[in-house]
Amino acid sequence: MDKILGALNGVEFTIGDTLLELSYLIAALLFVVGLKLLSHPETARRGNLWAASGMGLAMVTTLLLHKDAAGNGIPLTNVWIIMAAIGVGAAIGWTIARKIKMTAMPQLVSFYNATGGAASALVALLEYPNALAGDVGSILVTVLGLIIGSIAFSGSMIAYGKLDGKVGDIMKPFITYINLVLLVVTLGLGAYIIFSPNPPAEMVWAIYALLGIALIYGVMFVMPIGGADMPVVISLLNSFTGIAAAMAGFIYNNQAMILGGILVGAAGMILTILMCKAMNRSLLNVIIGAFGGGGAALDKDQGTIKEITLSDAAVLLSYSQKIVVIPGYGLAVAQAQHIAHELDTLLEGKGVEVRYAIHPVAGRMPGHMNVLLAEADVPYEKLVEMDDINPDMPNVDVAIVVGANDVVNPAAYDDPSSPIYGMPIIDAHQAKNIIVMKRGMGKGYAGIENFLFFNDKTRMLFGNAKDSIQKLVSEIKNM
Amino acid sequence: MEQILQFFFEYKEAIFIIALSIFLGIEVISNVPAVLHTPLMSGANAISGVIIIGGIILVGHADLTTFSLSLVLGILALIFGTLNVVGGFAVTDRMLEMFKKKKK
Repeated sequence: MDKILGALNGVEFTIGDTLLELSYLIAALLFVVGLKLLSHPETARRGNLWAASGMGLAMVTTLLLHKDAAGNGIPLTNVWIIMAAIGVGAAIGWTIARKIKMTAMPQLVSFYNATGGAASALVALLEYPNALAGDVGSILVTVLGLIIGSIAFSGSMIAYGKLDGKVGDIMKPFITYINLVLLVVTLGLGAYIIFSPNPPAEMVWAIYALLGIALIYGVMFVMPIGGADMPVVISLLNSFTGIAAAMAGFIYNNQAMILGGILVGAAGMILTILMCKAMNRSLLNVIIGAFGGGGAALDKDQGTIKEITLSDAAVLLSYSQKIVVIPGYGLAVAQAQHIAHELDTLLEGKGVEVRYAIHPVAGRMPGHMNVLLAEADVPYEKLVEMDDINPDMPNVDVAIVVGANDVVNPAAYDDPSSPIYGMPIIDAHQAKNIIVMKRGMGKGYAGIENFLFFNDKTRMLFGNAKDSIQKLVSEIKNM
Repeated sequence: MEQILQFFFEYKEAIFIIALSIFLGIEVISNVPAVLHTPLMSGANAISGVIIIGGIILVGHADLTTFSLSLVLGILALIFGTLNVVGGFAVTDRMLEMFKKKKK
């Protein structure tokens, strides 16, 4: 391993050095291939394993073969400490990942994103004193890694708190101005550190101050953004974590870190934009958080709310031909996915065709609803995407809206003053009958009235989604 | 200006990688069905845990003869990075496992 192979720019390199770089190349390729496979349903699981094996490979070779500037490998004692730390992290990470409920998936992804951001920020923080005075390049990437990593950490923790219901929304217009000031201060202090001629060892106070301000900015950045927009925020912060990791890759001149980080940064950014498009909003609009309220008030002409009894609902469903279930976060909160599947099997047994219409942003994360329904063994073919189901909606006998609101709000079509005007929705209002299962008459996450509930064809079934469907199932069984 | 040019020259390989990776990332993600958005985000999140390599290098060459705050923070960075990597890949696998199940 220590055999010298040759010299590059006057620096000798050994077989070990070469193998290390080679393993980074393989790891980087595995990341790319893994991500590519992850974007196709049949190969997704394999893709995840490939990316994971790339990571494992890079970790092992770094541990065995990495040398510092003086050419010393990692001492055995350090290896043990590293293995112990990785062991602790792996045990915790694995246990949480296996034990967590599927409904809590979005906050878990957010939490793991936070840990990645924290790791990046810490690495940048600790590497800063090692930089040379006046080396603008490496101080620049260190400072950027610290700022971006800290924002990703504290922002993701707030996103986690919001999704978990531990942190409320604070939507005050003045927060936008505070954030602007914080951003300017963060960037200003960052620039000061970058261009200061003082040796970094004397500027440690400044780097800790920067860490503090960036952490506060991360909190304030996510605070005013509504809970419904958390998926977009998590995707954005995920992109940040990638960029922060890539910045650390600069510090170590490590190509696997740079490629992996930027790959995730770019992919996360695109995913964020796709999600914004699905809600017909711009990223800026999401970030400023100027959402909620607005829209036409209900006039008396809108009609009244009509309730439906369980037995009527049972009869209506049993004698229908085509039923479409439109699930929303309410279904996830109530853990009603299993009982919903029981309902659809029961109805299928009676010759009713049941499908699920999935809005791209249903749930708390795009695709979240698919994961939940898959957990409940609902066949893949029954999950139909919005664009495919909408043309068929007029032929549907009953559209059952379970805990969804904004994604079926016709205001998106006909109320230009509504904040969701122009957002693509599932055309529940086109169905012959509509049953809306809802806990109460509260507004949706976007805080706007839904005219669908006042539609003549709509009947409301109030109560917790799980209980309602449970009762509906027994009602149908008793028929 | 000179400093910027100097920076570019010193890091030219890395800057090439960044420029090309951006296109790669965009290309790889486009056309992904909405069904896979959550697993994909989660998988990508696990890959961003590549910072752990930095953690290994940092703690690997840390001076163990004196106890310092840096060492503690470095170990913390390692634990956080591992959480991101192991937890991220494990939870992605669990999500995708469900998609698999009802295929048969």
